[in-house]
Amino acid sequence: MSQPFHIVVCGSIVPDPLQMLEPVTGAAGPALKNEMMLPAVLDPWAAHALFEAAHLAAKHAGSKVWLVSLGPKAKLQQVMLTVAQKVPFELVALDGPASGFCDSLATAQVLADAVAGIPALNRDRLLLFGGWESASRGAGSTMQIVAERLGISEQFQGVDQLTVREDGSMEILERVEGGRHLVSVCSAPPAAFGWATGHLPEPRNNPQVGMTNMKTIMPALQRAKASAVAADGLRFAAVNVPKLQRQTRVVKDMPPEEIARELVAWIREK
Amino acid sequence: MEKILFLVHTDGGPLSKGALQALGAASGLGGELVVGLAGVSTQAAADSIATCGAARFLAVDGEAFAQPRYATDAAAAEALCRVSEATVVIAPSTSRWARALPGVAARLHGAVDTHVTSLGADLSATRWFYRQRMEGTLTRTQRPWMLLLEADCAAAWNGAAGSATAEQVPMAAVPTRTTVQGLQDSKTDEQTIRPEANLLFVAGAGWTKKQADGAIHTDQAEQLILGFLRASQASLGGSKSLVDLSGEGQAVLRCMSHLNQVGQTGSTPRHPKGLSTCCHGEEPHVVGWRFINDRRAVNMDANCGWARGKADVVYVADAFAVMAIVNRMLGG
Repeated sequence: MSQPFHIVVCGSIVPDPLQMLEPVTGAAGPALKNEMMLPAVLDPWAAHALFEAAHLAAKHAGSKVWLVSLGPKAKLQQVMLTVAQKVPFELVALDGPASGFCDSLATAQVLADAVAGIPALNRDRLLLFGGWESASRGAGSTMQIVAERLGISEQFQGVDQLTVREDGSMEILERVEGGRHLVSVCSAPPAAFGWATGHLPEPRNNPQVGMTNMKTIMPALQRAKASAVAADGLRFAAVNVPKLQRQTRVVKDMPPEEIARELVAWIREK
Repeated sequence: MEKILFLVHTDGGPLSKGALQALGAASGLGGELVVGLAGVSTQAAADSIATCGAARFLAVDGEAFAQPRYATDAAAAEALCRVSEATVVIAPSTSRWARALPGVAARLHGAVDTHVTSLGADLSATRWFYRQRMEGTLTRTQRPWMLLLEADCAAAWNGAAGSATAEQVPMAAVPTRTTVQGLQDSKTDEQTIRPEANLLFVAGAGWTKKQADGAIHTDQAEQLILGFLRASQASLGGSKSLVDLSGEGQAVLRCMSHLNQVGQTGSTPRHPKGLSTCCHGEEPHVVGWRFINDRRAVNMDANCGWARGKADVVYVADAFAVMAIVNRMLGG
């Protein structure tokens, strides 16, 4: 008989990928221009982690999923209205910055404290999930540090597949160089998983799941603790958007034979 | 003066290009250089960089360090950092170090920065934020500071081999519940991701759309793409819209998986040249292009995000027709 898992997903919000982003520098360092006005979404890789967590929990009776999310409370509330309709989870909200310029060490400390503080969390059955990188900081370092702070020494990054075997051990596929996967087996929880895309499509909106989730999400947002994320000794000298615009040569009305000849010559150039 | 540890894992053979580039960057910083090696047998690698000017060579040898695994890799790196008393740690950005070093930084109460693209002589680091959409230059006072350097961002160290005397760092057995089984190729039928390739071939969703005759030709598209990859030895990238099609029940290219995805939520590979075909996208998705030096596109729409202002040349043409001839000319 399979044992239940306690799955904690760490994931925050990022600006909608289709928004134009512009950096500004303030007293506290770099930030995004009009950051609070930008529409936000759940970080894509963290979203994959959440969907994988719900999928896994559904297959193992008694399992439970928490989403620990650090971000400005008002933005979290907006994003949760959508995310709540996807899969069942309990939110642990932390009111703080979700900027890509925040340090991963400081962020990880706040997240680790929040995970450790979840009542009724069975640390022996803990699977710590998150995106392997965020679409903001893109550091790929936060989850490892959260796991270290929680004393988890079995860690996997760039995870595309997690299969629980009959004996309770877990087979994990991690992305490595050359488009290949590293296959590992972890005998038991606790373990940490930084998810890549996995294989699950985004779940359809389910209003019933949304209504159930919102019963706990709104109180969680109301009691969200203000969390300072301070990085000692980190200083940004500059943050810039690359301005390089190429002078594109647009070739129209050239026969395919001629285009092909030009391309082949270009490909063969050293 | 900073004490700089160049950290590398080895499979017993010569060091990779990325590792030599990280060594080049580390040795150019001007501090006291220490080399730290981890692997099943490190002597050959140590000898291959014996003349790099390192004051010490430290090694963690053993079967446990042959395979990539967080617990053992982190333990080896931690031991090397502690013995070297390094203030700055430079490592190549491999999947192995990217997995392990952030945790090591936490253990040592240090700091870590990944995906570093340049290192200044004043020890300033440059990296990208918001999925390669803006570039920041930063410095830190916290030590030890670990920096994972991306490939092709520094000149490789290019010195003579010699004979290095590596000090073995004693390691107790590392407790772990993880067993490495090995490597698995992607689920596509053919290996299409070649990080060392001269050319990145980006296929867009247009390959799976209705063509001039009103029909979809995914089989033909797949043959053309695979034929081109075989003939040119290019690496294959896909736009998000194309790799997402499989999840939406639409016609798909079997040679394409999420591992091929480039752009906002995919990878941003580094190749000297890039050729995009049938791609259409907004600027944020085109970040998959960012580290491609010489870019061309074959597209029916000259104004799409992958072309105007982003590519050096855009051919307004039917990619099916063009690529069939290209393949014939390349002998594919």
